[in-house]
Amino acid sequence: MPADTTPGSDTGSAPPPTARHAPRHVSVPVTTEAVSVTGWGRTAPTAARLVRPRSYAEAAAAVRMCGARGGIARGLGRAYGDAAQNAGGAVLDMTDLNRVHTIDAICGTVLCDAGVSLHRLMEVLLPLGWFVPVTPGTRYVTVGGAIGADIHGKNHHGSGSFSRHVLSFELLTADGGIRTVDRGTPLFDATTGGMGLTGVILSATVRLLPVETSLVSVDTERATDLDDLMARLTATDHRHRYSVAWIDLLARGRSTGRAVLTRGEHAPLDALPARARRQPLAFRPGRLPAAPSFVPEGLLGRTTVGLFNELWYRRAPRARTGELQTIPAFFHPLDGVPHWNRVYGRAGFVQYQFVVGHGREETLRRIVRRISERGCPSFLAVLKRFGTADPGWLSFPMPGWTLALDIPANLPGLGTFLDELDEEVARADGRVYLAKDARLRPELLGRMYPRLDEFRRLRAELDPGGVFTSDLSRRLELREPARRPTPPLSRS
Amino acid sequence: MKDAFGAPQSLLILGGTSEIALATARRLIARRTHTVWLAGRPSPALERDAEHLRELGADVRTVAFDALDCASHETVLGKVFAEGDLDMVLLAFGLLGDQARDEREPLAAARIAQTNYTGAVSAGLVCARSLQTQGHGSLVVLSSVAGERARRSNFIYGSSKAGLDAFAQGLGDALYGTGVQVMVVRPGFVRTKMTAGLDAVPLSTTPEAVAAAIEVGLRRRSETVWVPGALRVVMSALRHVPRAVFRRLPI
Repeated sequence: MPADTTPGSDTGSAPPPTARHAPRHVSVPVTTEAVSVTGWGRTAPTAARLVRPRSYAEAAAAVRMCGARGGIARGLGRAYGDAAQNAGGAVLDMTDLNRVHTIDAICGTVLCDAGVSLHRLMEVLLPLGWFVPVTPGTRYVTVGGAIGADIHGKNHHGSGSFSRHVLSFELLTADGGIRTVDRGTPLFDATTGGMGLTGVILSATVRLLPVETSLVSVDTERATDLDDLMARLTATDHRHRYSVAWIDLLARGRSTGRAVLTRGEHAPLDALPARARRQPLAFRPGRLPAAPSFVPEGLLGRTTVGLFNELWYRRAPRARTGELQTIPAFFHPLDGVPHWNRVYGRAGFVQYQFVVGHGREETLRRIVRRISERGCPSFLAVLKRFGTADPGWLSFPMPGWTLALDIPANLPGLGTFLDELDEEVARADGRVYLAKDARLRPELLGRMYPRLDEFRRLRAELDPGGVFTSDLSRRLELREPARRPTPPLSRS
Repeated sequence: MKDAFGAPQSLLILGGTSEIALATARRLIARRTHTVWLAGRPSPALERDAEHLRELGADVRTVAFDALDCASHETVLGKVFAEGDLDMVLLAFGLLGDQARDEREPLAAARIAQTNYTGAVSAGLVCARSLQTQGHGSLVVLSSVAGERARRSNFIYGSSKAGLDAFAQGLGDALYGTGVQVMVVRPGFVRTKMTAGLDAVPLSTTPEAVAAAIEVGLRRRSETVWVPGALRVVMSALRHVPRAVFRRLPI
């Protein structure tokens, strides 16, 4: 590989006009047949040519050759909606670019390719006493995807989103050039949370979190209803690094919003029993058999989910402190079942995640009430308090309350119902999460993301030909608002 | 783009004055559809229908389209697709004819066959290719239960719909995995201007009911939709009735 495409070989940041260019003589592995692609929710499949670049030069060649319908980078496909789909165009599968380049075990930083998963980073970093700064509910997201969606975890109230821990990254832009993007620049803020629409992230330098052990000390408590839960979270969130609540959204009446609250800290070495102290940094995630590829429709109906929720709530202790759990058990319980998204059957499912600011608790209460009254069969609905927001223009988190829930897509009338919830969220100056969205009405996007026009302007400048395009960007008109009304083509 | 529930943002209707198509458009505009193309023979009725849809808030454009003029389909439909992605094409044109007269006048019968089958084959293939290029979209084909088993009382219309139905099924198989969905809709007796004056039969339905069934079919990514759903059972029974009995049935 030519030296000029290796990340980190040039530590100076390159301003846009002098972006370096990758060589033009590289062949690209392209599948000529279009393949059907969906997000994790398995709704709205579209077909695209899948390209798997094995080097930065191949990625640059793929971007130059992606054609009239553009291209979009894709990692491990954990975005629920259509963010990493590009109908009729190219999808750049980045998972072959998966080298960990440099680990600075003294200062705690890692330089790695964008296609490296958080799972891989944990495997490599935990034995050295370092942990990823932010992890969502799955380890199977890539570093590129984590930046593109500006993901958050159970520690957002203290640690912010993923981008807060990114020092710089290399971005392949529409002109085929590779730029080093540093914190504090407009391109950095447009790309973190920019859903891959500013370019293809090739590599990144991420600041890490020191840990003494690979175990988490977990406190569990039950909350009897939503108000009890919110009071507990508000009063005690700041004392815990990780904090999250599971809500039973099928509970009605007085127990509406009953929840199990889980808090955690990385366990210090002296908290471990003697046996575990011999290998305090072991990381051995187990995996159960994958979910079957065929699951009958409607398996997760109100009865089954209601039963599950009842059991889950009853199973949790009223209060327990200092239970030692492994990282997979605490952070990524669903990763244990590969392809768990199949349990929703052929129709797939949507995840609805929104945030409303502090002082908008009434909106949150109303939405929780509406979901319970409607009886949406949702298990593992999650409520959490966000802390300070990070500067990404389309970054999702903002200080306040966020609720996430999975719902089977074949529920009649669900589209209209979620549209109504969107209206409530927008009225409260809240927003929905683009990495999970598959159905937002484009008209509401500008209201939810006030810096959308800035994002569009930067994109128009950086990518005038619209090379970076996804189904999400087409559906939500992220490139430009729809040109309506338009004159008729032919009138008789 | 379609959303997670299959609701399209842009819609092309071939046979722009079809009541079923217009009912479908009204329903979809209430969800996500903001662009509608009405393709049909230029007429005041077509313009009036476009105006009605505009009043619902959609950007509606009309385009001159003649199902019988297959040679023009590429050009006419090509121009529409050149304006932007279409999430759904509703193939809704068709003639019922007058069985008694058509049996006496083979030319009139041939016109029904040409419209309902030949025109649909040509327009369907043109649209299918464009949808395949854009990698997504639904081609919804209005077939009929009459195509499931031809009856004495309307076998000219029925046979043309049988051909169309078989074509659409095959096209759906050809496009499987390309991101394009082909959905065959088989309504029973629909009370519209096409059937005005005919005696209603049991299990008859309305354009609005067909539109609702189409919306559900889009959400479920169905390949076949019967309206009303009970017809699926009725027709699978009728299909196996011996001919000697079938021709005597009062249907």
